[in-house]
Amino acid sequence: MNMQTLIRNGSRRDVLAIGGLAALVAVLAPRMALADEKAVQAEINKLYGNKKLGEGRIKLDVPQIAENGLVVPINVEIESPMSADDYVKSVHVFADGNPLPNVVSYRFTPECGKAAAATRMRLAQTQNIVCVAEMSNGALFSTKAEVKVTIGGCGG
Amino acid sequence: MSTPKPRVRVPAQAKKGELIEVKTLISHEMETGMRKDSAGKTIPRQIINKFAAAFNGKMVFEADWHTSISANPYQAFFYKAQETGEFSFVWKDDNGSEYKATAKLAVS
Repeated sequence: MNMQTLIRNGSRRDVLAIGGLAALVAVLAPRMALADEKAVQAEINKLYGNKKLGEGRIKLDVPQIAENGLVVPINVEIESPMSADDYVKSVHVFADGNPLPNVVSYRFTPECGKAAAATRMRLAQTQNIVCVAEMSNGALFSTKAEVKVTIGGCGG
Repeated sequence: MSTPKPRVRVPAQAKKGELIEVKTLISHEMETGMRKDSAGKTIPRQIINKFAAAFNGKMVFEADWHTSISANPYQAFFYKAQETGEFSFVWKDDNGSEYKATAKLAVS
């Protein structure tokens, strides 16, 4: 149903509902230039081209709801024997709703014994956290998780 | 801003082959370069962009931090104890400064 036929045929209530929805979308639209899924994909392509990203092996531990976007804990752990010839080389973390998509990049060595690291990040709004891990044999894995942010980390 | 003060928590001793967690914290504004001061002027970016940990001079773990990392950045990671020695940690600031810390580990 397009807008015109709606106005012609639809009840007054329908028209109000559509108007309300449009207003809601306007309110939710971001107020500053933020990264998006495409920006995150562009960063991943910059690193690994169009190589296939597998699923699994990554445990991405972030809160489902973050009350304070200024300090959001993030813990990543990748399943790996961490031996001299089979270990996790690097891990990249991206956020698709921050002004810049990059959050952190880690480089591990077999000496770590366990491919896990924890830090704290700022999140400007509710968004997806994307994690890409590169193994020593070049295999790539990826996962993502959504964090709902109550108060943004950019003074918003 | 006062000089950033690193703090490191490492167990003093471990058994050979034991997995230990290393926790680090450093006081730093991590200024994103996106904020404006009261006069409307953009405050220039100044963050710690790199953290590196080595044991007995050999690289163990590195992190590249971007502007999305919180102020007073925290970083934890693991190390498999092999021999007695010393961790050395370095934090690299956008302004070229380096902040350093060390921690001893006795392995039995």
